Parts: sequence; structure tokens; C-alpha cells
Amino acid sequence: MSSAILFKDIDEPGLGTLAVYQRRGGYGDVLRKGLSMPREALVNELVESGLRGRGGAGFSMGKKASFMPKGGMDKYLVCNADESEPGTFKDRELMTKSPHMLIEGMILAAYAAGATKSFIYIRGEYAQQADILDAAVAEAYADGLLGENILGFDFSLELVVHRGAGAYICGEETGLLDSLEGKRGNPRLKPPFPANQGLYQGPTLINNVETLMTIPHILGMGAAKYAEIGVENSTGTKLISVSGHVKRPGNYEIELGMSAREIIYGLCGGIEGDHEVKLWFPGGSSSPVLTSDDLDLGYDFDSLAKAGSMLGSGAIIVVDDQTSVVEVCLKLAKFYRHESCGKCTPCREGTQWTVKMLERMKSGTATPMDLDIMASVQEQITGHCLCVLGDAMAMPVGSMIAKFRPEFEEYIEAARERAERELVASLDAGLVGSAT
Amino acid sequence: MSHGTQEEPAPTGDLTLGQHVGSGEVPRYQGGSRTPGWDDAVDLTKDPAVIPDPATVHVPEELRAEIEAHMAKYPDERSAAIPALMAAQRRHVWCSPEAIEQVACVMRLTPGYLVAVASFYDMLETSPVGRHRVYVCTNISCSLRGADALLERVVEEVGDDPDFNVRSFECLGACDIAPMASVDDVYVGPVELDDVPALIGQVRSGAEVLPEKQILRRKSVDPNAGSTS
Repeated sequence: MSSAILFKDIDEPGLGTLAVYQRRGGYGDVLRKGLSMPREALVNELVESGLRGRGGAGFSMGKKASFMPKGGMDKYLVCNADESEPGTFKDRELMTKSPHMLIEGMILAAYAAGATKSFIYIRGEYAQQADILDAAVAEAYADGLLGENILGFDFSLELVVHRGAGAYICGEETGLLDSLEGKRGNPRLKPPFPANQGLYQGPTLINNVETLMTIPHILGMGAAKYAEIGVENSTGTKLISVSGHVKRPGNYEIELGMSAREIIYGLCGGIEGDHEVKLWFPGGSSSPVLTSDDLDLGYDFDSLAKAGSMLGSGAIIVVDDQTSVVEVCLKLAKFYRHESCGKCTPCREGTQWTVKMLERMKSGTATPMDLDIMASVQEQITGHCLCVLGDAMAMPVGSMIAKFRPEFEEYIEAARERAERELVASLDAGLVGSAT
Repeated sequence: MSHGTQEEPAPTGDLTLGQHVGSGEVPRYQGGSRTPGWDDAVDLTKDPAVIPDPATVHVPEELRAEIEAHMAKYPDERSAAIPALMAAQRRHVWCSPEAIEQVACVMRLTPGYLVAVASFYDMLETSPVGRHRVYVCTNISCSLRGADALLERVVEEVGDDPDFNVRSFECLGACDIAPMASVDDVYVGPVELDDVPALIGQVRSGAEVLPEKQILRRKSVDPNAGSTS
């Protein structure tokens, strides 16, 4: 693909080693240029590029860095490599193949934020990737690219790879910070935001892997040129992870603004078995679902927001028309019930009751009213918790009920009739059995 | 049907506290139980466990060194709690009371604090398990491609082998190779139902699991991307 930035040379053998990465221009002029700029100029460059966070929230990366207070206190940079959003697997690919690009991005981000200590919080399940990162960090230290006075500049940075141990909520930035401090990964009340009081109560900049890896490229090509890629308010390229019922699931780097139809039918070769699209999640399982009517939408932050959904982490999950929406809904709700940390009542109880009601629907003991109660539960979760885990279930479940209500009703009715028939059959069998 | 005459199933072999039996080396406790103190009621008159005394707790030298190395990496030593528990778990297979006590002793934390941390995370086991971890992803993307049948097949193939810890796991971040599994930290997929006997056999014999299906051997860019075949 011509637009490839992050995925350019990604399959180059040995890209994960320092030697090959340097030969391809890594840790070179771009890093020198960044470290010789004044901090403010580097932050400005990031603001001008229009780079928005690639982890889910889509906040301007440059602005986030500009919120970091000045002063001599200990400041931290944390790379969020927890990547726990179902359907997302782009950071895994990037870290597997190009760990040094992440380190270079982190050096520049830390310099922009004035941080001298940095951490990569990687999910425990990615043990293979963590090993790759450990090796790359050791190489970088040995070569003077991390540690004291990087490349002879008056800037020092420590980098620690920290492995999590399996918890979706640790992808939430404040949950991640608590986990990194050696606690249970419960989210914190905001404000104060991490830029003021984050890790160890110090100012902390937290960014996604893909966001950080984009920084060297922005500096390399210049912010203005980077901003020309993509569409208004959604500049640059984005890695998207496409999964589910498509012929070629995988990671693709696209220019933001490409249509969803082009992605699903073009890049991914269409739907398995040549079925039709029933619904798709545009940004991970937490995003409100869209239907086959929305396939001509441009894949960018604003278009998806206008359609009532979000770009999120860039994970497209496609579900074909052979699959029951209720089954998808139940899978989803069970996941969020398992992952709710239990701190806020609406999320803890709301996820639990949503699962219970969906199970009632499945077993044929639900009434049509359950659907209305379930929809109202979703509304009562949204916006009422410390973090957005509850919303992350409420939004897709709510949107599924809104868009597929007739199918839910049919499902409830069919399950009820089936349960009735089974009951009658078992009673008949019992009566016959006792008569003989 | 008569009640009360059924005898308790006899524990296999002569079992004493913490004794390892069979090839699985799963510690067995009184009555064949795999959880020590499972029937002890909480004693409210007892004070909670304090930070263990280094003079009385034996910590294996390697484990101590590993935990101390983790502690040295962070501005606040407590940050090493998860890596330390992971290190102890690798040694003890699960976060047993003994493992927790050793970590608590080195990190100068109470066992209660560490149990609270361990119970939060899916990869830290707070009850006894087998040593080979087979996590089958059953989240949306994998389940759309048959993960539930895969899990069932794996459970069936493993049977009651105490060496295995088979469980369904939340999205492991490899939906491109769905349905997939993480086998002792190695990602493999797409795993067909017919691959399962070979996969479990390879774990049992200590061989590399499904070498041609490991994620690290996959190309990032699909060479067919965009073609309409």
C-alpha cells in the first residue's frame, strides 16, 4: 500500500534488532532533530500534526502533552500496551515486529513531556511481545539510546517494561496506573487527571503504542505534511484490526476517511461464505454497532461519531446475517460482567443484570418487558461510573436493542415456545412413564 | 435409594500435607484436597497475618533474587507486586499460601495485601491448577469462528489430566488467527478441531506447539490485501 507509514518495511527480516532498525534510518536524524528542538516546539509540532490518540478516546496527542506542568518534579511517561479491547490486535503486531520504533517514539514523547522515567505497561498475555521489548530495551541501553544523556544531548530517560497479569480494566488509564503501582487495577476518580496527578502522584503522560510510534514519522515528514494525509480532524494513517466473518482478517494500515465498504469488501475480501453483513463494531466491542446501511461511511473520527458510534481503537468486528444478534449480545455482556472491577454499582450490577436478562431470553423464561428493562438498565449505566467500562457495555448493547428490536422479540418468543414444548414433552413422558 | 452408606472417595495413595503425588506434582493436602485449609472457618479472634519474619520463612535464593531485581526497577518498590507474584507463581504453579508468604517476606508486605492483588488478575491463580496453561479465547471475534467448539474439544482431549489448566479466556488480542489459544504463553491459531490432539500431545511431550500456526511466524501484511479473490 502506498500510504503505509507504520507498516512500511514491517515484514523486513530482523527489523526488531537495533542494527537493522538503525540501517533503516532509526535513531538517526529524526531523533537528533527532536532532541535539539525546544520542548515547546516539539509539542507544537505534535499539535499541528493533528495526531489523535489511537487507543480509543481519540484525544489530541499534542494537547495532552501540553497539559503536562512545567517544573522540576518527577514526571512520568507511560505507554499503554494493555490492548485489551476485544477485536484489537494492532499494537501486538507493532511491538512484535518493530519494538525499536516504540522506544524511539517514547524517547521523543518523554522529551516533549519533560519526563525522565518511562514505563511500558504491557498485558501479561503478551509474554512473547514483552520478551521482544525486553531484548530491545536492553539493546538500546547498551547503545546509549536510553539512560544518561541520550545521543550526547542533555536528556536522560529510564525505560521499564512492566507486565500486567490479565485484566481488561488495566487498559483504562487510571486503572493502569494503580496496577503499575502494584495494586488492584481499580480506576480512580477524575479529576485530578493523570497530567496533574498520575503515577506515584506525579504528572504523567499516558499514550497508546500506535500513537507513540507515529511520533518519529511525524517529525520525519514534518507536521504539515502529516496533516495532509487523511481527512479533516482525522489526520494520518490508522492501523485497523479487522476480525469476525471476513475472508481475510488481519491488520491493515489505511488512510483515515476510507469507506468501510472498501475496507470490508476490498481489503478483507468480503464476508465468509458470501453472506451479508448484519452488523459491525467500528471501534472494538465497546463501540455502538452499525449495520449494513452504514457501510458507505468514511472510516474517520467525525463520520463515525456522526453516525452515533466511534472509531475507538480501530478494531472492526464484522458479524454476518447468519448469526443471532442475541447471542452476540450475550457474549459481549458476559465479557463486561467478568471484567467489571466492581468499584461502581451501576457497572457491577448493570452488567450482571444484563447477563441475567439475556440468559432468561435464551432459556425462554423472559417476558417482552425484560427487553425494555434491559434497555433502561443500559441508560442508567451510561455516564454514572468512574470509568467507561460500564458505558462500554451499555453503548453496544443499547444500540443492538435499538437497531434489532424485532429480532430480539422474535428470539424471546421462539425461545419461550421452545421451552413450553419441552416442558409439555417432558410432562407427557413422565405421565406415560408412571402409567406403565 | 439409601443415603449415608456411600463412602467418601478414597484419596489416591498415602497423602500427607503438601506431598506431591503423580506426575503432575500437584500438592495434595488432608483428605486429598488440593486447597489447604479449604474447610477452616475464618477465626475472628485471630489477628490478621503480619509481614512474615525473614528469620522463619525460607525463600528460595533464586526467587528472592528475582523479586529483588524487580523491586529495584521502580521508584516505589511496591510496583513490583505483580511481577513478584508472577515469579512466585512460576515456581509454585499457583499463588499458594507458601508462595504468597515468600513474596510477602521479600517485599515486606502483608500476605493479605498480596492475596487481594492476586485475586484481581486473571493470570494469577488463587487456587491450585495444572502447570500447563491453555487459554482458549472465547471472546466475540473468536466465538464467531468457532471458539466454543474448540474449547469443548480441548477440554475433552485433556480429560482429567491434572497437568493442565484449561480455561476460556477473554480477548487475547489475536483475532486475526481466530479461533486461537495461548498455550504456555505461545499464541497459536487458527486452531482447527483436528489440530487439538496434536496440540495437546505436543504440550505433553514438551515439543513446540503447532509450529506452523504460531503467531510469530505470520506476516504482518497480507499479500492478498485488496485483491478480490
